[in-house]
Amino acid sequence: MADAASVSPAVVPREARWGKLASMGPTYGALIALILLVVINAVFTSNFATASNLWNVLLQVSTVLIVAVGMTLVIATGGVDLSVGSSMAIAGAAASVLLDRGIGAAIAAGLAAVLVVGMINGALVAYVRVQPIVVTLATLIAGRGLAQVISRDGQLVTIDHAGFQAIGRGMLGPVPVPVIIAVFVVAAAAFILRETPFGRYVLAAGGNPAAARLAGVPVGRTIVTVYAASAMLAGLAGLIVAARLGASDAAKIGLNVELDAIAAVVVGGTALSGGRATILGTVVGALIMQVIATSFNMLLVPYAWSLALKAAIIVIAVYLQRPKRV
Amino acid sequence: MTAAATTEPLLRMEGIVKRFAGATALAGVDLTLQRGEVHALVGENGAGKSTLVKIMTGAYHRDGGRMWLEGREVDFDTPADASDAGVTAVHQEIHLIGYRTVAENIFLGREPRRWGLIDWGRMNADAATVLQGLGVDVDPRATVASLNTARRQMVAIARGVSLGAKVLVLDEPTSSLAEREVAVLYALIRRLQSQGTAIVYISHRFDELYAVCNRVTILRDGKLVATHALADLERLDLVCLMLGKARDELRLGTTGFGGHATPGAVTVGEPLLRAEGLRRNPKLQDVGFVVRKGEILGVAGLLGSGRTETARAIFGATPADSGTIEYGGKKFAPRGPDDGIAAGIGFLSEDRKAEGILPELSIRENLTLAALPMLTKFGIVSRAKQTEMVERFMRRMGIKATSADQKIRELSGGNQQKVLLARWLCMEPKLLILDEPTRGIDIGAKAEIQALVNELAAAGLGVIMVSSELEELVEGSTRVIVLRDGHKVTELSRDQISQQAIIRAMAEGSAMDDDAQGAAPAVAGAS
Repeated sequence: MADAASVSPAVVPREARWGKLASMGPTYGALIALILLVVINAVFTSNFATASNLWNVLLQVSTVLIVAVGMTLVIATGGVDLSVGSSMAIAGAAASVLLDRGIGAAIAAGLAAVLVVGMINGALVAYVRVQPIVVTLATLIAGRGLAQVISRDGQLVTIDHAGFQAIGRGMLGPVPVPVIIAVFVVAAAAFILRETPFGRYVLAAGGNPAAARLAGVPVGRTIVTVYAASAMLAGLAGLIVAARLGASDAAKIGLNVELDAIAAVVVGGTALSGGRATILGTVVGALIMQVIATSFNMLLVPYAWSLALKAAIIVIAVYLQRPKRV
Repeated sequence: MTAAATTEPLLRMEGIVKRFAGATALAGVDLTLQRGEVHALVGENGAGKSTLVKIMTGAYHRDGGRMWLEGREVDFDTPADASDAGVTAVHQEIHLIGYRTVAENIFLGREPRRWGLIDWGRMNADAATVLQGLGVDVDPRATVASLNTARRQMVAIARGVSLGAKVLVLDEPTSSLAEREVAVLYALIRRLQSQGTAIVYISHRFDELYAVCNRVTILRDGKLVATHALADLERLDLVCLMLGKARDELRLGTTGFGGHATPGAVTVGEPLLRAEGLRRNPKLQDVGFVVRKGEILGVAGLLGSGRTETARAIFGATPADSGTIEYGGKKFAPRGPDDGIAAGIGFLSEDRKAEGILPELSIRENLTLAALPMLTKFGIVSRAKQTEMVERFMRRMGIKATSADQKIRELSGGNQQKVLLARWLCMEPKLLILDEPTRGIDIGAKAEIQALVNELAAAGLGVIMVSSELEELVEGSTRVIVLRDGHKVTELSRDQISQQAIIRAMAEGSAMDDDAQGAAPAVAGAS
């Protein structure tokens, strides 16, 4: 055994290639599911395969997708961020009340406010070692209250600033601005996860924090950064929603978005146990959920039934991800 | 045992075949177990030991071959089937529920009931009876989490026994036990043996095999090499059978150090690190030593002696409360691993799984985890540089894998350890701290790692090697310090190092007399 040199890669090219496909696992399965859904709808759902409807699907999915990208990073560290919906509301509220000071100040204030929320989440998880689900449940509750305080005790604050509204309603040619923002966010996150030390530190902190620490990985800082990023992305999504509505509704914006985001991440193939992540999988996961919602809506199927199918898809996705047994 | 051998075997496996996705893991292996025998199952990683055991205990399905228990042909679908029939495994990672009591764990899934409710009184009494029958002194009402590893293992064995186990598989039972605990385990094994239980004993430690086992079955590459009585099989011959090598290739000894440090042949350089009065309650009380460039400083001691704490304090993984460290001529007070790394120190943890590998990531990412800052330009990791580094070290360390992108969890323990060692070597460290560098890995990889450490020291690296394997310390170290209860009790220079001297130092003091006796017979076979 000692004299056997390392196995030459040339011996096993076929298996290696298969291994690569197989290792894409749930993402690969999710991609096939998405393609099937689109094809079936294109054939059977009238008006589904039209340019305007496809842009509509992308527009609808953009905010959830932006939140889900941040969620992917958090889940990759073995955590979860339930507070994203409240962060959306906080950012929307802060921006709307400050719009009279200028659009730049409004956006900056919205994002700064949620940055604080994210840092608190991260610090409590990383340094106080409270469980992520507990920490972010607390900020989910407190954040919703804070958003209502900011927006003058929960009133609907209307936004009639055309420049700000463009964030949610604007178009670049046929492409809605939120879609452009979402594509940029996805590309940046995928790049960071793949190409930077930080991306590897995220996976290391999730895969084995003790080993990561001994290898010099700044585990605490990585976790704080991840929660901060998740809150900022949620804040960005909150600004988009407020701009599209033309109003900040602190009680409603982002309600239950954490569940849609987690569903997208899970369906896309990121393991809830941490240590693995796929941004592109999350894109596919979010699109699957959106295509189901849109097509059921177009087919006039009751909303309750679309929820049932969504639930089934989540369960199937998790089933496919289960640890393999020999 | 000779009396039992004449009767019908308790368990017989014949021509067992198992394939995984085209690869043959077992190619027609036979195994017979007699009543009351302790049967060693040995082989390098990949030999098929655990596959065979998993088939025996119902965790895997065989693709070929037959199996008889007490003369009746059997076919287990699940581990529960097997343990119902009397074949039970006690695994390396013990499967117990920490927050529940000993009694609950022993009777988990078959709690005695009355009126449909759990009969706590009877359960605790029954558990006490089982434990007493095994000579184990554990309170059935204690939670498992409150027990030390050895006791937990006893509880796991008690569970197997109370399930009516006729065949008990012990997989690396001593890997996390201190030597005094090993003696207790041996006593338990002998008691089971006298009750007619057959025990399959899997271990990498030869001392143990010779101390407790009657016969040995040797596997290599999924094939049966031989089954032999241990009493008339020389240790060297056993190694040869496992490795499939001729005897004269192994004359130098069982470690890869190959008698590295003949006195005077080693050129030891200037002092690299000097530690004095290291203390961290409760385990580290007063430890001091000097490491020089180009030397391997062995750190010996029983489990709990402070050997791991010493290693971690130097690296900064768990900083000392007090004491001084001088490194490279300057005062050095590491507060975390990053301080150690920045100073050019590498640290290999004793627990590869919990503190070493990132299981879901590739060899590439595992190997370069610490080196990422060096490979980064404008915030982006250079693929080219990373690939070059990974390939260089995979070649140099002889890491066996399909590619650099294979997940590390798919590798054998030996190859994982090589990747972790490479994680530090690629940082070009000045001082390497190795905590049990060869624990739980196959002999081939073990020798390769030992030879590599030897070579690195010869090239000027300072090495601190913590080990519980006396052979490794004796053959590899330039000097050995021996720790006991957090104190350094002695320091042995090259010509003073011997197993006897180390054992004597570890056992020094009245409280340790019993343990010395417990440990001595096992070690006597080593020399």
